[in-house]
Amino acid sequence: MSVPLSAYLILSAYLFAMGVVGVATRRNALIIFMSIELMLNAVNLSFLAFARFLNSMDGQIFVFFVMVVAAAEVAVGLAIIIAIYRNKETVDVAELNLLKW
Amino acid sequence: MELLVFAGLALVAAVAGLLVIVQRHAVYSALFLIITMGSLAGIYILLDAHFVWVIQVIVYAGAIMVLFLFVIMLLDIRSEPAPWAPPDRGRILIAVLLSVVLLAELGVAVARRFVLAPAGGPAVASSFGRTQTVGRLLFTDFLFPFEITSIILLVAMVGAMVLAKKRLH
Repeated sequence: MSVPLSAYLILSAYLFAMGVVGVATRRNALIIFMSIELMLNAVNLSFLAFARFLNSMDGQIFVFFVMVVAAAEVAVGLAIIIAIYRNKETVDVAELNLLKW
Repeated sequence: MELLVFAGLALVAAVAGLLVIVQRHAVYSALFLIITMGSLAGIYILLDAHFVWVIQVIVYAGAIMVLFLFVIMLLDIRSEPAPWAPPDRGRILIAVLLSVVLLAELGVAVARRFVLAPAGGPAVASSFGRTQTVGRLLFTDFLFPFEITSIILLVAMVGAMVLAKKRLH
């Protein structure tokens, strides 16, 4: 028995929704960041499923670029979190109000 | 057989994905995220994405998660109170409700459009998803975006070093 396309897409939708819940509910900046990674992975799964079912390599190439951007984003994002922690001694996003007035 | 493998990997990915967002300490979140990425890598093999499987394991589960764990250990973050503690409860309820709506919408969209797609998909050439195929595409059709990625990585590298330096001026 082979796997239907909808199974991949539903798993992808579920993981994306988990990422959305994480971003919306958590206050720890690191966990929010990991939830974003979860969403990126979910989208990658959709890309690969469609690439396979449309018999086209373009989806896989796009996943490669998504991973490059994710790697760059993680490096910069974690550096920002370190800089924030140095200044505020916390990674709780509810306590970060430097830009509020 | 393929369906069985997919079901197992999908179950692991789904449970670990849920556990990522309910942990009280970021280290456990990171470990469960690694499990999610690992089982997704297994699913990528089912999708004939051999090259993507390799970079998923090396770059995502390897490099990116190691970076996460390093930062978590550097920052000395305490376990927070349970994320569903009272002050946040109303906000979290709304967020979860909205996410359920989002999931339902995505599910309906998939069910209406793709449930009749033939299982297994079309037969693909044996070169589909191989490193050689990806490499040839990257250096022909996608050469310009591929070169742009080097600039993105350079900018990210410089930016990360500047931001993480001792003092922010």
